[in-house]
Amino acid sequence: MINSGEILQTIEMIDQQHLDIRTITMGISLRDCAHPDIDVCCRKVYDKITKYAENLVKTGEDIEKEFGIPIVNKRISVTPVAMVAESCEADTYVPLAKALDRAAETVGVNFIGGFSALVHKGCTKGDEILIASIPEALAATGRVCSSVNVATTRAGINMDAVAKMGRIIKEAAAMTAENGGMACAKLVVFANAVEDNPFMAGAFHGPGEPECVINVGVSGPGVVHHALQAVKGQGFDVVAETIKKTAFRITRMGQLVAQEASRRLNVPFGIVDLSLAPTPAIGDSVADILEEMGLSSVGAHGTTAALALLNDAVKKGGVMASSRVGGLSGAFIPVSEDAGMIAAVEKGALTIEKLEAMTCVCSVGLDMIAVPGDTPAETISAIIADESAIGVVNNKTTAVRIIPAPGTKVGDVVDFGGLLGTAPVMPVNPNDSSAFIGRGGHIPAPLHSLKN
Amino acid sequence: MRAIVTVIGKDHVGIIASVCGLLAENGVNILDISQTILQEYFTMIMLVDTSACEVSFAELANALKEKGEESCLSIRIQREDIFDAMHRI
Repeated sequence: MINSGEILQTIEMIDQQHLDIRTITMGISLRDCAHPDIDVCCRKVYDKITKYAENLVKTGEDIEKEFGIPIVNKRISVTPVAMVAESCEADTYVPLAKALDRAAETVGVNFIGGFSALVHKGCTKGDEILIASIPEALAATGRVCSSVNVATTRAGINMDAVAKMGRIIKEAAAMTAENGGMACAKLVVFANAVEDNPFMAGAFHGPGEPECVINVGVSGPGVVHHALQAVKGQGFDVVAETIKKTAFRITRMGQLVAQEASRRLNVPFGIVDLSLAPTPAIGDSVADILEEMGLSSVGAHGTTAALALLNDAVKKGGVMASSRVGGLSGAFIPVSEDAGMIAAVEKGALTIEKLEAMTCVCSVGLDMIAVPGDTPAETISAIIADESAIGVVNNKTTAVRIIPAPGTKVGDVVDFGGLLGTAPVMPVNPNDSSAFIGRGGHIPAPLHSLKN
Repeated sequence: MRAIVTVIGKDHVGIIASVCGLLAENGVNILDISQTILQEYFTMIMLVDTSACEVSFAELANALKEKGEESCLSIRIQREDIFDAMHRI
């Protein structure tokens, strides 16, 4: 039998250190829902999602009860809508976003991801319509999340798409001005997007994925923080080992839940995404982990090294604990969703430039960052270009989820509520990048030899 | 199905009797019990078999939770698998 110390340790992790399964995400292919008539297409999409995901929430709740582990979110990701909608004879895909929203509401999930397009090499007719539909689609729905992949290591960076996304983000913010530009919190611009990510807002069911799949995202920054408190002052070898062991335990639990959900729903198990995803709750912060390593504040010199160690150790610990690891896997560094990051921004210790450096070694990118409402579209595009370049050159996923909150200035605070948290408005570099963005075209894929 | 019942809270008379009574009423067999007092806190861990349980797992979990709340205790039941997964390779 398991000894009582181990049992109590598990319970303490759940009760006091916010250990949870962050999401069970069902990926559903909508490729068979294409139809020239958009109304028929919408109906097919709605019917398929509500049929496949009928028992998703109930199954999640049952598992939660039996294992005594909170499963915070049950979600759905679908085939990038641009691919499904392309055969529709329509000039907007907003009706499809509404169909997704209704389906999500019917099955009881809080977010559905996949109002997406993959345009790293160029846009098709459907991609153009989808991107143009994003602001209205996100303003008119509550649960739909959108993402656009503008760059890959193999294709380079589509600078026309980067320029366009700056304008789309501004437009989305303007259409939800009364909610602080909320639509932008549901919109991610990616480089090297992954096809099996279960986390929102960037989840979509990639074209290489099967008909239907269960992906699980585990979390637990609080557990890692707690484990590090026990090795205060010891060397980094000890720190790395401690994180690995903790990540192993957390991931084993994710694997168990993923297999159980897959069996009960009779849907194949896809991947476990072993990400440290913070929430605004106190004690559920990635910033706390970095500070526990000895930094007086996240943002201080040394933060990038600390984050690099954390990100790598989480993966090393988790990989052996799961039969299939995927998604984004690593440490997320959103600002608005992490109490420690918010505090660091508010006291001036953490800037966008430092966050950008951190994204070279974290699992994704610039996430949930509010900037002044008058930030030009070209500056946002330039931020996306910088972030894409980091991803493309370093062969990793990067992303930008930035909110130019209308009417706000540096020092204001924007509240998005719930898991999306509260974002202090951060300053951006005031120098103009518009001539750079105005060039358009394509930044070629980087060379993969002569690596010095 | 084997599950772990944990009872944690301030010590008082009759904790074991009331928890065991509730388990017996529902047809849950107790396989092992360990109990200790840690800094005034009563901590009991039971390994139980729920295969003959007359109510659903969720109902049993709720009944135990409610019983605990009546007497300022935290009582939970979880499938044994989660502890195995986390602590055994």
